[in-house]
Amino acid sequence: MSDIENMSRQERINAYWKENNRLIAILLAIWFSVAYIPPLFVNQLNNIVIAGFPLGYYFGSQFSLVVFVILIFYYAYAMNKLDAKYHLKDRDK
Amino acid sequence: MAVNEAIKLRNNRLAQYYGMFTIGLIVFSLIMGGLELVAGMPKAWIGWTFLMLTMGMYAFIGIMSRTKILDEYYVAGRNVPAIFNGMATGADWMSAASFISMAGTLYALGYDALAYIMGWTGGYVLLALLFAPYIRKFGQYTIPDFVGTRYGGRWPRLVAAISAIIVSLTYVTAQVVGVGIIMSRFIGVPYEWGVVIGLSGVLVCSFLGGMKAVTWTQVAQYIILIIAYMIPVTFLSLKLTGFPIPQFSYGYALQNITTLEKELKISSEAPARDGSGRMIQQGYVPAYNEGMSNAAAVTAINQINGYFGLNITPPKAQSVPDTSKPADEIQTDWRGTPWNFLALTFCLMVGTAGLPHILIRFYTVPSVRESRMSVGWALFFIFLLYFTAPAYAAFARWEILQNVVGKEISALPEWTKNWSNLGLITQRDYTTLEGKPIDKLPAWAAPQVKSGALVITDANGNGKIDLAGATFSETEVDGKKVGTFGELSGTAITKTSVDGILQFGELNIDPDTIVLSTPEIAGLPYTVAALIAAGGLAAALSTADGLLVVISSAIAHDFYYRILNPKASMNTRIWLGKTMLVVAAVIAALLALPRLALIAQMVAWAFSMAASSFFPVVLLGIFWKRCNGPGAIAGMVGGLSVTLFYMYNNYLDPSFNVLGITHLAAGIFGIPVNFLLCYIVSKLTAAPSQEVQDLVDHLRSPELDDELMTSIASGKQAAGAH
Repeated sequence: MSDIENMSRQERINAYWKENNRLIAILLAIWFSVAYIPPLFVNQLNNIVIAGFPLGYYFGSQFSLVVFVILIFYYAYAMNKLDAKYHLKDRDK
Repeated sequence: MAVNEAIKLRNNRLAQYYGMFTIGLIVFSLIMGGLELVAGMPKAWIGWTFLMLTMGMYAFIGIMSRTKILDEYYVAGRNVPAIFNGMATGADWMSAASFISMAGTLYALGYDALAYIMGWTGGYVLLALLFAPYIRKFGQYTIPDFVGTRYGGRWPRLVAAISAIIVSLTYVTAQVVGVGIIMSRFIGVPYEWGVVIGLSGVLVCSFLGGMKAVTWTQVAQYIILIIAYMIPVTFLSLKLTGFPIPQFSYGYALQNITTLEKELKISSEAPARDGSGRMIQQGYVPAYNEGMSNAAAVTAINQINGYFGLNITPPKAQSVPDTSKPADEIQTDWRGTPWNFLALTFCLMVGTAGLPHILIRFYTVPSVRESRMSVGWALFFIFLLYFTAPAYAAFARWEILQNVVGKEISALPEWTKNWSNLGLITQRDYTTLEGKPIDKLPAWAAPQVKSGALVITDANGNGKIDLAGATFSETEVDGKKVGTFGELSGTAITKTSVDGILQFGELNIDPDTIVLSTPEIAGLPYTVAALIAAGGLAAALSTADGLLVVISSAIAHDFYYRILNPKASMNTRIWLGKTMLVVAAVIAALLALPRLALIAQMVAWAFSMAASSFFPVVLLGIFWKRCNGPGAIAGMVGGLSVTLFYMYNNYLDPSFNVLGITHLAAGIFGIPVNFLLCYIVSKLTAAPSQEVQDLVDHLRSPELDDELMTSIASGKQAAGAH
């Protein structure tokens, strides 16, 4: 990607947008599997108990929430890097 | 560099102010607690002091942030740092229902209620990834602004503005009801006065300073509400488990609940009634054991009839599976399947991302970069409360199974008495009717007299129910068992219903009780209860503030300025905004006075409605350039119609359903319809103009250029601006 310097602004935006969409797709896949897969097996998961928490219940009440928070902060972090990579920083007129 | 220095300085100063505020709040609470324990300060004084102090604080921030500048009034000057905008979003989002009722819903439903916990947090991921940065980049004032500019013309803007007003008005009404209830319970003022006092608190702040004042008040309100929420449950955890971090220690409570439910025979397991052989486990931890019924619709319609003197026929009471039929008859039974849970979680997530009062919070940050961080902070601050709510529920469930259920009513723990007297805890054992006047029966017993299940024979003619020294006897009439106990008789009278012992099924707990009674269960002084009241009030007021801004700007900005009179001056626009704020507040207060059950129901529906109208259209507007105005209108109207159709039918008659999905998750059918219609109609009609396609390109680039965006939005785009 060393030729970013030679791209026009429109080309940079297009490439930036493609990478952004790929990142969104990956993060949404994680989001989906954390929120919607464990409920399918909740009663089986509940047979496993960790520190008093039945696992199925734990996924819904704590684990998924922690993942959501991490996903958002990671996206902010990754996008800041992407902004810099394509020279599309805020107020960078 | 000088700008960065100035921003840093300002952020430090803000952190100092709010840090001092937090310390002040803690010191003040400790002093009040001391005064209560040492000097015996009366409860009413403590309640009033907390109320006056917090409301005074909000008014002070409101006056300090008063403004006549349009950008400050509508979007807080677009200079709220990410972390503070996160706190403000947290307070904006967490309503009276999140603060007070959610733990109670978890208590009652167990696992099934986790759909709310996941739904109302997972929605922020969608917000962060799909909306927030682009809303900030767009940089206007309202959500109808976005819809109107992206899709062109008046109609999309008008449809969006009307939807925003309807959704926000029902939501704000629910907040006002919450304010009235908290005031009347803790300060002892009548409900109506509570509504008036609370609303004047909202208005002082938002009237003078608009979004700017609302933002800085919401930050303070977040601090109050999170401290108030954490303290009681921390002490309860310490008392019950010896460990002061409730979020980790309530696993222990879950284990005890499971054991106690087995002992009390609450966690039975039975095959589904549809003959599929699927096993359904009852109990707190096992999932998917709620059937469907239209009890809520029947109650709501009866209440409306009673209040307005109408004569709407309520639907016939129905449930799925129909428990009035014999068990060996094969019937529809969706219990034990995850479909409703998954659909509800999805609707709540998508609806969260489509609610206008949350979306506008991302206009107020300085940059696209900050907007992304801001969603992270918002979810983190919301997470703190939602992560804790299941702990409240589990501890309360444990305490109740251990010390209340199966106990002699005369020997119940002290804390239950206060809440029983307030009507929040109902004990449906007929021995509690002893000495009650016959014409003033409690709400649970009165309908049984009407239906004939309970017959009262006033043998001694004193107008009261006498049960002293009564013994239970039973006869069989027409194949039905009819019991007699003192002056009471009927099919409702059974050996267990008059034994003076509180069975699990005889106990009814209002969802609000769980959070409100925790200080007493934990043995904490009344000061902590007053702090909880202040927290609940902060939650309700902050949400009401944000919603009123949405309503007033939809009218003053979208209807008046954008559609009716684009030449209106700044002063006129601010003045009209302020007037609309007061009008919206008064309408909300009037709607709140009857305390209709339907209002709470409508708030739950708001998520499905927002999900099937706004969400797809805003999403496609950013991610699909080809999407155009006719497509957006077709999508919104079609999606919303399908949702409302399913909602209406299933609400009144639960046997109308697909895969056992309830009216609360009706959006699951409207969302795909919206996307599909939007796609087909867009494809069949002309592509949007080059200008709009350029606008989409601008949205996708994070470089900020507010002036350019404003000129595009107002349709006066200069040639060669891009």
